[in-house]
Amino acid sequence: MTGGGAYPQLLDLACGAFLLAAVVVLWRRELTAMVRLFAFQGVALAAVAVLLGAHERRWDLVGVGLGVGALRAGVLPYVIRRTPTATVTATGSVTATATVTATGSVTATATGSVTATPTVTAAGSDASGGDDGRHRAREVGEAREVGEAREVHKAREVQEDREARPLVNVAASLLTAALLTLLAYAVARPLTELNPTPATRALPVGLAVVLIGFFVLVTRRRAPAQLVGFLLLDNGITAIAFLATSGVPLIVELGVSFDVLLAVLVLQTLTTRVRAAFGTTDIDDLRELHD
Amino acid sequence: MNATLVLTAPAAVPLLVAAAYAAAGTGRRRLTGSAGLVSALVILACGALLAVSAAASAPGAPIRAYAGLLRGDALTAWMLLVVGAVALIACGATPAYLAGERAAGRATDRTVWRYHVLVHAFLAAMCLAVVTGNLGVLWVAVEATTIVTAFLVGHRRTRTSVEAAWKYVVICSAGIALAFLGTVLIYYAARQAGIAEAWALDWPTLVAHADRLDPAVTRLGITLIVLGFGTKAGLVPLHAWLPDAHSQAPAPVSALMSGVLLSVAFAAILRYRVIADAALGTGFTRTLLAGIALLTLALAAGLLLAQRDYKRMLAYSSMEHMSLTALAAAIGTPLALTAALLHIAGHGLAKSVAFCASGRVLHLTGTARIGRVRGLLARTPVSAGMLGCAVVALLGFPPFSLFASELALARAGFLAGGPLAWATAVALLLVLTALAALAARTSRMLLGPTPVPARIPVPARMPAPPGASEDSEGSEASEGSEGSALWPLAVGLAACTALGIWLGPLAGVLHAAAQTIGGH
Repeated sequence: MTGGGAYPQLLDLACGAFLLAAVVVLWRRELTAMVRLFAFQGVALAAVAVLLGAHERRWDLVGVGLGVGALRAGVLPYVIRRTPTATVTATGSVTATATVTATGSVTATATGSVTATPTVTAAGSDASGGDDGRHRAREVGEAREVGEAREVHKAREVQEDREARPLVNVAASLLTAALLTLLAYAVARPLTELNPTPATRALPVGLAVVLIGFFVLVTRRRAPAQLVGFLLLDNGITAIAFLATSGVPLIVELGVSFDVLLAVLVLQTLTTRVRAAFGTTDIDDLRELHD
Repeated sequence: MNATLVLTAPAAVPLLVAAAYAAAGTGRRRLTGSAGLVSALVILACGALLAVSAAASAPGAPIRAYAGLLRGDALTAWMLLVVGAVALIACGATPAYLAGERAAGRATDRTVWRYHVLVHAFLAAMCLAVVTGNLGVLWVAVEATTIVTAFLVGHRRTRTSVEAAWKYVVICSAGIALAFLGTVLIYYAARQAGIAEAWALDWPTLVAHADRLDPAVTRLGITLIVLGFGTKAGLVPLHAWLPDAHSQAPAPVSALMSGVLLSVAFAAILRYRVIADAALGTGFTRTLLAGIALLTLALAAGLLLAQRDYKRMLAYSSMEHMSLTALAAAIGTPLALTAALLHIAGHGLAKSVAFCASGRVLHLTGTARIGRVRGLLARTPVSAGMLGCAVVALLGFPPFSLFASELALARAGFLAGGPLAWATAVALLLVLTALAALAARTSRMLLGPTPVPARIPVPARMPAPPGASEDSEGSEASEGSEGSALWPLAVGLAACTALGIWLGPLAGVLHAAAQTIGGH
């Protein structure tokens, strides 16, 4: 490729950040951290598109990249973060809260040995610092004013954000990520060989993020964490589209982005309903339907 | 004939109907359920117009609109006819179904309003998937079907329906994302083959230049596409959503999902198969599709043997029939492809009748357990008769069209010889197993004396009816309106029979459609 010296390096840097964000998602268990990493990954994805656009002097591609960045680093994280407040209003009626609390306290005692008590969790996140912890502490404080029942409910939601009993531990997850990246390099070889450029040489990164996204989707138990896994998967595919072909045609890209946004809104609403019906977002509890 | 109008109407009219339902709201000026028939009739009419033009003109001269974004050939016409016919049955059965739900206290003005809006948006998305010539738009439309049906599957908000909706959206979105990755890879291969950006996802262009696509990239792309669209078509390995979603959705929606959504997704695979065969030779897709078909068939037959819920039983029967269609696509001779398309139509008609009838049975008995339903023929002869006829059609008995298509499939398989003949033989054995399971369970439900206790207890999971006496009044009322509510089912069974005896004017479009997807 005829690109200047800085272009391949910047592109590799953006792709490296893109992959790193996916790997760190495996490490962190809190939903807020996962969402922040997802937003960071969206920025890296936009950077990839903008770099490609600037390199090929295609300003429409720069525009698409900025649009994709706005959606994936701005709108989608906002939509996901919005859930807890939405849940409180949704389950705000007296009967609904009572039901949730009833099942909630039962589960809390059952898993008491593993998870901390509500107050301790709140204090813990406060100690860990950051506006996120303060935010939660304030939320819990508000809940205390409202009443005992609401507090338990609210604190459970804070707990909900954590993977209390991970299916796969962190070390094994990171090891799997390494193996998946190797697999991605092996599978993506024909893709790179077809047209070797700095951009297509980064294609295995996109494929690795797809595989890691699938891994998160399969191994995380909480509904919101699965949602983040699905979005990682989707980010990976968008990155492949940019790196391999400078993006799919605009009408398809618009359709895909719109579909992803709607899918996230639908999954978000369903998460709320799962929590209302089951009192938890642990997908492993969803076992009413089987053969 | 105005090409743009004929191609736009199937997707635009259902969307307009959805908008009209949405705008009319839940108040006094709300639209009745029969307004929904407009969508179905328009889809059928456009399908018929396209069929006439496709049969009249030489194959390979399709009509286009919006620079190839919409495109109508014989396969489009055939699929539109199937979608329209199944939509007619489902929309026709809707008013009676909703009345039954209201009587049981499970539907309000608001849920009915949302039901209508979503069902017609669903029809619009399916029609868009059928009439588009752009593979990217095809993907967008198939993903859109998942989004609009999510709340239809989870409409009741009980634990089971929320669970089904969650699994449905997560599995289908992840599966269909694989198909998008495959689409991107095909696009990459096409761009590298020197096809311009505007045409690199255009189906006819890709078919014409398929020999220039890089084989390694195409192989990876096609594998992902078959897995991805196979998810929506109910094929292994990502089939787990299907029985849950089909058993929890409202009966007419189950009819639409099982009758046409599966085959619309499968039609996408049929289109890609043409590209793959030209780029890679026939061996690759043949092995892939035959393997997936046999695995799906074995799984469906095994689970049918252990089934205790009649809506789940019908769902597994859908997997069985989709795997037969996949096997026919794997064989790939003109006879096999014709059989596949006829099978899609016959299964759509029979399965939608079966699901709509099962909805009536559910209203009548209040349970979906096979073991708790006895002597239906004595209690409600017409509904039970319809269910029985539909299941007999699904078992593949004459005079219904599934008999003709399964016979043609078996003949094509044995004519192909070699491993395909063995695959067909194994498939026939599995079909016999499924037949035995389905027949035994259905006859148990339909035959025998009426159970002595007047009312079967309503399961605790459903919201309790206001009172036992009121509930029985409700079912008496629905019994009274049985005749008027059952015309769509009768029409569906009649169409399925007619297709089995004489194709008539449809023979031309059926053969032209099989030719379009590679049956030369």
